[in-house]
Formats: sequence, C-alpha cells, structure tokens
Amino acid sequence: MSPLVAGLVQVGVLIVALALAYRPLGDYMARVFQAEKHSRLELAIYRIGRIEPNAEQKWSTYAYGVLGFSFVGIVFLYVIQRVQAFLPFDFGRGNVPEGMAFNTAISFVTNTNWQSYVPEAVMGHTVQMIGLTVQNFVSAAVGLAVAIALVRGFVRSQTDRLGNFWVDLVRGTIRILLPLAFVFAIVLIALGVTMSLKSGVDVDGQTIANAPVASQEAIKELGTNGGGVLNANSAHPFENPNEWSNLIEIFLLLVIPVALTRTFGQLMGNKKQGYVLLGVMGLIWSAMLAVVWAAEANGIRPLEGKELRFGVPASALFANSTTGTSTGAVNSLHDSFTGLGGGGALLNMLFGEMTPGGVGTGLYSILVMAIIAMFLAGLMVGRTPEYLGKKLGRKEVTAAAVSILAMPTVLLIGAGIAAILPSTRGALNNPGSHGLSEILYAYASASNNNGSAFAGITVTNDWFQSSLGLCMLFGRFIPIIAVLALAGSLAAQKKVPVTAGTLPTTGPLFATLLTGSIVLVAALTFVPALALGPIAEALL
Amino acid sequence: MDNFFKQAWAGLRILLALTVVCGVLYPLAVWGVSRIPGLHANAEATDTTLVAVVRTGDKYFVPRPSAATLPASGGSNKGELNEDYTKIVAQRRTEIAQREGVPENAVPQDAVTASASGLDPDISPEYAEIQVPRVARASGLSAEKVRELVKANTGGTFTTTVNVTALNRAIDAVS
Repeated sequence: MSPLVAGLVQVGVLIVALALAYRPLGDYMARVFQAEKHSRLELAIYRIGRIEPNAEQKWSTYAYGVLGFSFVGIVFLYVIQRVQAFLPFDFGRGNVPEGMAFNTAISFVTNTNWQSYVPEAVMGHTVQMIGLTVQNFVSAAVGLAVAIALVRGFVRSQTDRLGNFWVDLVRGTIRILLPLAFVFAIVLIALGVTMSLKSGVDVDGQTIANAPVASQEAIKELGTNGGGVLNANSAHPFENPNEWSNLIEIFLLLVIPVALTRTFGQLMGNKKQGYVLLGVMGLIWSAMLAVVWAAEANGIRPLEGKELRFGVPASALFANSTTGTSTGAVNSLHDSFTGLGGGGALLNMLFGEMTPGGVGTGLYSILVMAIIAMFLAGLMVGRTPEYLGKKLGRKEVTAAAVSILAMPTVLLIGAGIAAILPSTRGALNNPGSHGLSEILYAYASASNNNGSAFAGITVTNDWFQSSLGLCMLFGRFIPIIAVLALAGSLAAQKKVPVTAGTLPTTGPLFATLLTGSIVLVAALTFVPALALGPIAEALL
Repeated sequence: MDNFFKQAWAGLRILLALTVVCGVLYPLAVWGVSRIPGLHANAEATDTTLVAVVRTGDKYFVPRPSAATLPASGGSNKGELNEDYTKIVAQRRTEIAQREGVPENAVPQDAVTASASGLDPDISPEYAEIQVPRVARASGLSAEKVRELVKANTGGTFTTTVNVTALNRAIDAVS
C-alpha cells in the first residue's frame, strides 16, 4: 500500500468507528446526567463525602466545588510525590523534587499532563496509580461536569440551580470513564500493551523499563489526559505496540469529545444543534490534518522522531488528534516536525482546544465561541444576540470574553518573559526560529491544558516549573469560573421565543460564522508570534 | 471563603473514595485480568520483540539509531533545520554506507534518523536488504537464507517493516 492510501484507509477506519460510537455513547452520556437514581457505589461515595446528592447547587457553589476538589487534588498529588521514597514500588527513585512535584501536581489536576519529568527515572508505580491515574479520571470528569452545567444553563429557565457538582463528578467517573477504560485497558493488553508491577524487563541483555501501562494508557487517551507512563509516551512500543493499538488510542482520545455533541443535542431537545458543532469541529480537524500530513510527508527528514510502524500518515493523524483534543499524548516527536507540520499542531492548540477539544472542555469552549460568534453577528445586524433561546446580554458576553481571553493572556505573558530571560537560551534544543517555537509551544500547551511538547526544551529550572504551572492553573480555572458564571446567568433567564428575526443556529450560515470566529480570534491573537516561529521556519 | 473550605473538605473525602476506586481497585483489576494465560506474556513483555536493542557483532542486523538514554525511552527532538544535527545525520549515512559497502544514496531514511522512542524495533525492507551481505558473511549463512529470515520477520498492516529483534533471534537460532 502506498503511504497515501494506507493513511486514507486508517482515517476511514477511525471515522467509521467514531460514527458507530456516536449515537450510543452520546445518548448514554445524556441519560447518565439526567438519571434520577443513584447506584449503591455512588451512594457510598456520597456518604463518605457527607454530601446530599439530591440537593442542587447555585453556580457559585458549583464553582467552589470544582475549585475545592481541584485544590485538594493538587495538595494530595504534591504530597505523595514528596514522600515517594516511603511508598512501595518506588524502585529507589526517591522523593520527587519540589519544583517538579509542584508542576506535576498542577499538570495532572488541570487535565494538562505536561511532563517535566522522565517517568522511568522519577515516578514509581504507586504514585502513577494512586496519584496520576486517579487524576486522569477525575480531571476529565470535572471537565465533563462543567460542560453539563453549561448545557443546563441553556436548557433551564428562571432558576438559580445548575445541578450538583459531586453527583456530576462521580457519575462521569463511575458510569462513563471507568467502564470504558477497563474494557479498553484489556483490549490494549491483548494487542501487546504491558501491565507489569516490575520495574523493568530484560531484552537480549538490555534492561528496558516497564510499568503498569495498560490501565493508565486507556484512561490517558479516553480522558484526553496524555501523560505518558513512559517517557516516549504513545511512541513507546510498550504503550503503543502496533498500528491497531495506535488507531484504538486515537479513537479513544476523540470519542468522548465527539460524542458529547450528540449528548448536547439530546439535552437541548434538538440534535441538529449538536450536529452543527460537530460539523465545525470536523471541518477544522480535517483541514488541519491535511496540513500536518502534507507538511510531514514532504519534510527533509520525515522519519526523524517517528516510529517506523506508524510512518508519516499515522503519526500525522495522531499529532493532529492529540492537539485538536486537549490530550497531548504523542506517538511521534512534534519537535522534529517540519515548520508547517509542527506549526499546525501548535495552531490546533491556539484555536483554544475545541476541534473537538478535551473531554467536556471541548464542548464548553465551542459553546462559548458560539456566543462570541452570535454576538459578532448581532453587532452586524444591530439586534440583541440570542443563542439557544437565551438573550446574550452584557453579563453573558463578558463571561464569554473572559473565558476566551484567559488563555492568550497567560500564554503570551509567559512565553514573552521566557523569551527574554537569559537562562532560556541554555534550555533550548534547537537554534533560531525553531527555538522560539519550542518556547511558544510549551506555553501554548500549558495554557491550553494540552500537555504535548516540543520536547527538546529543558523545562526543569524554577522559572519554567513555576511559570508553566501557573499557566496551566489559570488556563484551566479562569475559563471554568467564567463558564459557570455564564451558566448561572443563562439559567436565570426566561427562554425567548423563536421569531422570524432569530438567526437559526443549525445551518451552514451559523457554521460559517462559528468557524470564522474560531479562526479569526486565533489569527488576531497569535499571528505575530507565529510569524517569528513556525511560519519563519516553514519559509526558510 | 467559608464555602470554599466546606467544599474542599467534602472534596478531600470524595477524592480519597475515588482514589480507592480508580487508583487501587481499577489498576489491580486490570492487572488481575492480565494474569490470565494469553495476556500474561504481553503484560510482562516476556521474550518481547516490541523493542530493539543493539546486538554486538557483524552477524546481527542493526536497528535504527537511538537517542534514548536507556532504560528510559526518548528521541532526539531535533528540528530539520538544525545544522549540527544535519551533520550528525550525514555522518551516520557515510558510516553506514561504509559498513555495508553500498553507495550513500542507497542508505534509506530510517537508517539515519532516530525514532521517537529510541526503541523502535523496526527497520525498512530497504535497510534490511543492504545489511544482508554483511550478515551473511559474518554468520556463515547464505545470502538466500538470510533473505528468507528477513522475509519471515517482515510484517505490518498499513506499513511494511522488518522486526530487527525477532530477526536477530532467528539468526541466533540457525547459526
């Protein structure tokens, strides 16, 4: 098979698999968040938490729940890393240094999974399991909960209640993520992914590090987390042994963000509202895939940083999907990509992670962008904008703008300071414009909670550990607070009836508006920075 | 602020409960299932051919260059306009051409570039082919026999690759 045909077949298989999962998974997720009854396991967890699952919360209490839960998550993860030497299965790797533990704790709680550490040398199996794996589940479930709260804001009227954060969190974890992760962990083992409690395995006289990979691999992709159990991430043969495991991993990282558009349509009582979002996500994803793939196929050293069993097409497919969702797992090294190919991966993140975005985060990000698009359309025709039966007044548009602008603000401040710090020079792995791309990529990845890297950059000094940590924190929680405030003010409104003057949001006009807004916001914000980095490199 | 601490306290309790479910029971359940025959060898990477290691001696096939610091995995992370790295790649090409006694333009891409993991077990059929004469000479096997072994260890669904680890073990077995 020629690489082009082989690549197209793989894309085809992936799309068919996603199409088959779309309805059942999307409808199932809608039912999970609408169900009245609690399971016994869930009731036991609520009892431990001493919370009343049937009491609904105001947006502010919901937000305090998200923040409180994430705060204790960071503290817990920091502490267990700092006392790793006393935990079993640490293999003498010792306590994780302060800066690294701080960065990693924030990274995994914010669903970024940026890794400033080499797992084989730093993380023992206990921290991987009771710390990192747990956050792989719950950070994804937090994103899911926030998305559902925003959808409730559109669905409900004249109420100050958005649901119960703990119930949404626990259901997302127990009913959606856990069963899927378990099944796919077993499937991955059957395909060759390892699952060992030993520290390594002897291969023809050479020790290769091993770990309980499969359990974390499944949720790493499914929860759009992306933190590798091993340093080479999904390029490591123990994490991703062959072409089929590769396709399954790409499927897993896309399936929930894609199916959530169906969930959204179901909950809105109008499936077309979901299809149009999926259409916009799919359009940008496909266009970016074409860019990254073509650029990589025509590179000077197309196989540098790529595994031969994947080749160029399956590497481009993975790279485009992992940066279009907020996953950040990699099966090839984006740092060795061409200027245009690596720039494409970077641009996917700069779009704000909504093509199709992370678990939950993708849906709420594109809904916020839809509000911006309707606001712009409203300005053009001089009418008060509406979306999904809600008026978009000053409060709503302000919340949407804060949510959208948080990421570029922290990204550009962080990258700007890093670029002028003298110490940064020694941290780069490549000279010239590609060096600047390494900095930009790092801050884009952190601020968008992606977690992939131009991994040649050395990010272990205090500046990088703390500034990237703060970017992850602000990039995650400023939008979440703004989105929940938005949900609160939407839920408080009455529904406005559809009239002849209402701009329909299920057709091509709206899709064009939304696509244009996504591209325009990213272009206006980032073209100057991109021109000095990847664009300059692509033209050289 | 009161509300924050109240929620954080509930959050800590729920986090611990979910840690038991997702961080202890879940991985141990997966590990338990991986003990059943048929999955066990995969889980422990017993006699694995998934990773390449460099074998000393001319009778073995050489895998792709590795930028990893074993036992950890990893790649070079070098961009294509990195001139220092371009020199390294050119030098690899010269050395391989000399080693195999072929012109430099017969050395394929995968032979001179480092993989992402540094453990890539595969090489292209082209890279295997230029290594056949040397391996035959050093192992005492006929070139036809070596080609036969290469063919037996060639696979892939969408790509065609030769597994060096399995191939070198096959050479051990017959020579």
